[in-house]
Amino acid sequence: MSENLESDKELSGKIPDPGIHPHVLRAADVDPKAEKRAEKKVAILFALSGLGTLLFIWGFVGFTNNNSVVFLPILGEVQTSQLILGCGLGIALLMIGLAAVQWARQLMPDNEVIAQRHEFRSSDEARADFVSTVKERAGSVQLGRRKLIKRSIGFSLGLIGIVPILSLRDLGPLPRKQLEETDWSKGIRLMTDPGKQPIKPEDLEVGSVVQVMPELSGDASLEQVAKDPVLLIRLRPADFNLNAERLSWTYNGIIAFSKICSHMGCAVALYEQQTHHLLCPCHQSTFDVTRAAKVIFGPAARPLPQLPITVDSDGFLVAASGFLEPVGPSFWERNSNKKI
Amino acid sequence: MKKSEKAAGSVANFVDERTGAAAWAKKNLTKVFPDHWSFMLGEVALYSFIILLLSGTFLTFWFNPSQNDVVYKGAYQPLSGISMSEAYASTLHISFDIRGGLLMRQIHHWAALIFVAAIIAHLLRVFFTGAFRKPRELNWIIGVGLLTFAIVEGFLGYSLPDDLLSGTGIRIAEAIIQAIPVVGTYIAFFVFGGPFPGAVFIPRIYIVHVLLLPGLFLALITVHLMLVWYQKHTQYPGPGRTNKNVVGYPLMPVYMAKAGGFFFVVFGITSLLGALASINPIWLYGPYTPGQISAGSQPDWYMGWLDGLVRMAPNIETHAFGHTISWNILAPGVIIPGILFTGMALYPFIESWLLNDKLEHHLLDRPRNNPNRTALGAMSLAFILVALINGGNDLIATHFKSSINDIMWFSRIGILVIPPITFVITKRICLALQRKDREIVLHGRESGRLVMMPHGEFVEVHTPLDKYDTYKLASHPQPKALEIPTHDESGVRVKRPLVNKLRNRLSRAATEQVAAPSGDELHELEHH
Repeated sequence: MSENLESDKELSGKIPDPGIHPHVLRAADVDPKAEKRAEKKVAILFALSGLGTLLFIWGFVGFTNNNSVVFLPILGEVQTSQLILGCGLGIALLMIGLAAVQWARQLMPDNEVIAQRHEFRSSDEARADFVSTVKERAGSVQLGRRKLIKRSIGFSLGLIGIVPILSLRDLGPLPRKQLEETDWSKGIRLMTDPGKQPIKPEDLEVGSVVQVMPELSGDASLEQVAKDPVLLIRLRPADFNLNAERLSWTYNGIIAFSKICSHMGCAVALYEQQTHHLLCPCHQSTFDVTRAAKVIFGPAARPLPQLPITVDSDGFLVAASGFLEPVGPSFWERNSNKKI
Repeated sequence: MKKSEKAAGSVANFVDERTGAAAWAKKNLTKVFPDHWSFMLGEVALYSFIILLLSGTFLTFWFNPSQNDVVYKGAYQPLSGISMSEAYASTLHISFDIRGGLLMRQIHHWAALIFVAAIIAHLLRVFFTGAFRKPRELNWIIGVGLLTFAIVEGFLGYSLPDDLLSGTGIRIAEAIIQAIPVVGTYIAFFVFGGPFPGAVFIPRIYIVHVLLLPGLFLALITVHLMLVWYQKHTQYPGPGRTNKNVVGYPLMPVYMAKAGGFFFVVFGITSLLGALASINPIWLYGPYTPGQISAGSQPDWYMGWLDGLVRMAPNIETHAFGHTISWNILAPGVIIPGILFTGMALYPFIESWLLNDKLEHHLLDRPRNNPNRTALGAMSLAFILVALINGGNDLIATHFKSSINDIMWFSRIGILVIPPITFVITKRICLALQRKDREIVLHGRESGRLVMMPHGEFVEVHTPLDKYDTYKLASHPQPKALEIPTHDESGVRVKRPLVNKLRNRLSRAATEQVAAPSGDELHELEHH
């Protein structure tokens, strides 16, 4: 180990190391009055800590209602109880800390001490000794000679590795086709969410947007809420820029898209009425409603799946079929070139 | 003998007769630690971890990690009668019915933010001063591991209350898992116990958050500190400081008082933050449901750069052979962070390979004295900062009334352009600072005093440095670039000539610096 890198030696005439700075005495080291002052300062800080604890106790006993709030400039509203308890605790702790640090800085010895380092590398002798010991002990096991044991160890340790993997198997079911299925299918009514009312086309004004769920027998589970929500948007039919198939999936200017973002599954909740854009608040993927939710900005790679809709014999809006592609984010097994 | 001394003596006797620790304890109580403000950054991380353990334990007494549905009937009126998970309801209970509960929640959240911030600040200090070099590479790798786990731990922690914001974060995490080719769908179904969201992820991340990861932290932090202790702390270069000694203050009493006191300072400031600055007011977000979202959804800051990368990713997916690969998720969510963290962990070995440097280093570099490394660090920071800014692009757009599309395009181009520019500028600044140091050593500091010479010329008087400052500014190492021959004496190409050429080239860049003034130069100047 050299003091610096090897190349350093080649420099002619290194600047000499003058050694550490001479020790400078502090005021408290030479002036008894200053020493007394420093001592008092530390004592006052410790005493202030006590006051902080008293404040905490007062806050704990005196404010049992967590609903009362006070308004602090810039910081906004905070709970009264939290404010008093926190300030009490903060002062109590902070003052102990400041007292200890002041004590160390002003009154404890501040002479710099020099200690030596040792090189980490063991001596060559010790290293050789280590290697020969390991070789000797390993040799005494005679693993090389005992082929049968060697192989059976490999077999048993290799096999037992399966146990932790296999025993985690029941963490969850196999995916099967679950990511491709929703509760939508032909004839299922579109129900307002919230509200659970069937909708007639004439209930929707041009420019309005409604969230709907499929008509379910009971309350929707969170798993259903994570895949079934659909946004119903009514435009002037002339605003559409769709091919014939996609146009046939709309009804009187009403078009329906999955609300679950095709990027990472957030709810695509922002609709801009003027531009007919849907925006996902998570990563700002933007979809153009007039062009079958085509991605016009952001990281989403696919349009929002469109739900074909029509009306049933009672005049209520229903799904003309289920989704023709999986809703939500992509996954390995997703065949994005094929309709379901 | 005083009574207290007698009592201490008998305790020491009891312990020593059973452990023989007297010599060991004496040696360690007088252990020397170098002093510098930047050495406190790691301490802040350690102390916030202790604060997290204490406040977290308090929260577990009331938090109920369950996704069972309950109807809320607690003290917070606006949510009364609303159906929600027990996890969310118990978080409301802690916030509104337990005295000091909200304070503890806020202290816990603030301490988590400070924990990650302190780890990163500590990491930057270690990087920019070269403290990661041999023999401390292992501790660097442990540190990178701690940072990774801290980010995960923080994310799991703020996901526990099961509010609308945290649920959205979990949804995104699920989409990243699901995007992993071949096994992603299966892993997602196993983690969530079926299709998203399922009813098991809160109890599962709870046990990871309160048992598994804290256990890992305890083990890694213990090894980290034991290595610091055993290898002794690095020190900044300066008069009297060499690679073979350590100059500073003894553990007892100065460091005990300073470090112990500093713990109380950190805890006190965290408490005041918890008291005064509202953080994660989950009662305003409402319970999680996958069908809803609030605009301006933001993760905690240490996840923001990841979110920013995901936001700016180009929308590329591969659809082939009946399979879908989402590069728009994999690249920003898995591949780039993987490269960043692997590169960071391996950096000590890369640098030692570039300079063929196998020596122990206990003296730190001033950042300017290793311009290439400093520039590399600044470049990485610039990359993360652009990503972080893009992570808040929606808030920037609404606060500064600008177009979100423009901000996104700025980030997409900026993340490619700004880091290299930062590299070049930082390297130039370092070289300029080195030149300035050299100038000051050789010609002294400007005194501001003008003197008119007999022939009418005005000159400024320069005050020469004292020997301590001279040594401080002129003693840094001057590593040489490698010159591995690509051909041997007889003109035959050696093995792997291209690798050698690249290594020579990179080491030239890594060693580029302004020569430190030598004693001869100084001597010469003193005499003319």
